[in-house]
Amino acid sequence: MAKVVVVTSGKGGVGKTTTTAGLGTALAQSGQNVVVVDFDVGLRNLDLVLGAERRVVFDFINVVQGVAKLQQALIRDKRLETLHLLPASQTRDKDALTDDGVARVIGELRSRFDWILCDSPAGIERGATLAMRHADAAVIVTNPEVSSVRDSDRIIGLLDAKTERAERGEKIDKHILITRFDPNRAARGEMLNISDVLEILSLPLLGIIPESEEVLRASNLGTPVVLNNPASAAARAYLEAARRLMGEELNVTVPSEKRGLFNKLFGRRAA
Amino acid sequence: MINWSAFFKRSDSAPVARERLQILLAHERSSLGRSDLIAALKEEILAAISRHVELDADKVQVKMDRGAAVSTLEIEVEIPNGVTALAANS
Repeated sequence: MAKVVVVTSGKGGVGKTTTTAGLGTALAQSGQNVVVVDFDVGLRNLDLVLGAERRVVFDFINVVQGVAKLQQALIRDKRLETLHLLPASQTRDKDALTDDGVARVIGELRSRFDWILCDSPAGIERGATLAMRHADAAVIVTNPEVSSVRDSDRIIGLLDAKTERAERGEKIDKHILITRFDPNRAARGEMLNISDVLEILSLPLLGIIPESEEVLRASNLGTPVVLNNPASAAARAYLEAARRLMGEELNVTVPSEKRGLFNKLFGRRAA
Repeated sequence: MINWSAFFKRSDSAPVARERLQILLAHERSSLGRSDLIAALKEEILAAISRHVELDADKVQVKMDRGAAVSTLEIEVEIPNGVTALAANS
């Protein structure tokens, strides 16, 4: 049965799009049929992170308005045939996404895919509530930093109030994904610890993505980190998070980069 | 003289962040009506009663009704006649 997952955070710049691409790629790699849907109308970026920016012809709004068929707007990934993208519109007014239209498109996606990952825009406005509206589960992307944790708390409140499931009195599975975590700084007491964040937000942990140069390198190249450097710490963290999303029970660890002796001795201080 | 302890000891900022967040979020949750006031009231009322009589879980009925504008909390406790009050210990 299809599962709709919203990737959300409240705060901008914490890694929602990177996470949508990372989890989507990891799920698709394990043979699941996946579509990632960009809800960030006017500021689409999922196409860029996936390296599909030059292949966008029709978009989500075209499909909602009946200008294009869903099949025409879906972009199949060139590297993974089970991964698809439904891009957001870059030009239209964000109010062009109607409630009924989104419901219809999500319904159609449910009949075609195993996983529908909705990349939410930042904020708590209509775009964000529309992205979470039909979700069965939520991945709340949080940086170990006060403003991000506060905004996550706000989004959790919205998930419990504004989703279809919440309105029907049903549960929505909520998971915290901590991104940009620096275990060394946390150990020195300079960064909120994983346990601090989980205790404050009182939700289970889907994974910990360590701060990694590989994430920027991957987005520069338009290849999700899971494909670009599968051995990197960030890629392994996303692969494990995807397995947990599929219901596997794995202990959560902070994957670290495999470093040479030189780096171990001298690389520690490098930012 | 150089203050070596200040030089080596970095004051941890994470506990401060944690403390600030907990206070702030408790406030924000309640002002957004999310702290689950009803649940908190239920806990506190039952705790208050149990300081005076031993509560039998079967003899306590709790009903919560959450509505958009108004929520109700009903607590029905069966207290047998002739039970002496426990010494209030707090």
